[in-house]
Amino acid sequence: MEPTQLRILAVGRNAEIMTVMHRLLNAPDNWTGITVTADEAARAAFEKEAFDIVLICAGVSTEEEAVLTAYFKQHSPAVIVKRHYGGGSGLLKNEILYALENR
Amino acid sequence: MAKTVLHKAATRGHADHGWLDSHHTFSFANYYNPERMQFGALRVLNDDIVAGGRGFDAHPHDNMEIISIPLEGALEHKDNLGNTVITKAGEIQVMSTGTGVFHSEYNANTDIPAEFLQIWLFPNQLNVTPRYDQVTVDINNRPNQLQQLISPDPNGKGTWLYQNAWFHMGRFDKGGETTYEIKKQGNGVYFFVIKGKFIINGQELDNRDGYGVEDTSQFTIVSQEEDAQLLVIDVPIFS
Repeated sequence: MEPTQLRILAVGRNAEIMTVMHRLLNAPDNWTGITVTADEAARAAFEKEAFDIVLICAGVSTEEEAVLTAYFKQHSPAVIVKRHYGGGSGLLKNEILYALENR
Repeated sequence: MAKTVLHKAATRGHADHGWLDSHHTFSFANYYNPERMQFGALRVLNDDIVAGGRGFDAHPHDNMEIISIPLEGALEHKDNLGNTVITKAGEIQVMSTGTGVFHSEYNANTDIPAEFLQIWLFPNQLNVTPRYDQVTVDINNRPNQLQQLISPDPNGKGTWLYQNAWFHMGRFDKGGETTYEIKKQGNGVYFFVIKGKFIINGQELDNRDGYGVEDTSQFTIVSQEEDAQLLVIDVPIFS
């Protein structure tokens, strides 16, 4: 079951792609999201508000992903942290629905 | 014991946008089926028909290996790597999207549809520098054989990508027969019938059917129709 107004944080290094991601995350009625390009900004956003899902996007290394995931899980054990592939709309909805069903 | 999955053509997801008619073997965009998420590293297999003069405006991709195989007509590809290329039937296009690339794809003709397969694989390396490549493939002069299109080896036949994956394609006469041996231990093989009918290790496959097989290293492929075409995708298995 999809919760209403799912809140999503996306962190990736490609600013142009993150602009597109921001538009995609805020297009559906039942999702809203913010995008950041720096890990520090991701942590700051996470401290300010609660997110249901964090998407790790292109440019973030697996080492950086591990550090971020540990941080997010420590502060909010229920949060879903997931690597986003594809950079656009093709897989985004599927990734989110599948993650919610298998949380 | 082989583990198999049969995706009959009629069970695929379907989206008709007017200018784009697309069948999705695996979950994609608004088609969501949790039982159809991937076959190992193979995540997307879209069977698209784009109306004359229409296409996809500039949009981004990242961290995916994207293969386009025109079947009829031609596609015009433009990207922010500086490539402006027309790819037609008999050619294969590969993009390693890595840290990110923007591209557009249009039907290069205004008067006839473009029909093509677009296939996405998960990469075996994240955040690579994006690259584009295109190769010509002539399957017509070598009937009843599989021709290698793609491998992980930059020096191999065809082109290459960032995954331990091999693509082969062939055109077959009726009764034409060949064998295929898996390229890497632990990989699975996904067969997609582009045209015609085949029997592969006893499994009957019709036009546009897909058939994934794990835990089997050798396959016997027999064409049931004249001018049949088959795509063979050999990929690492993971979920």
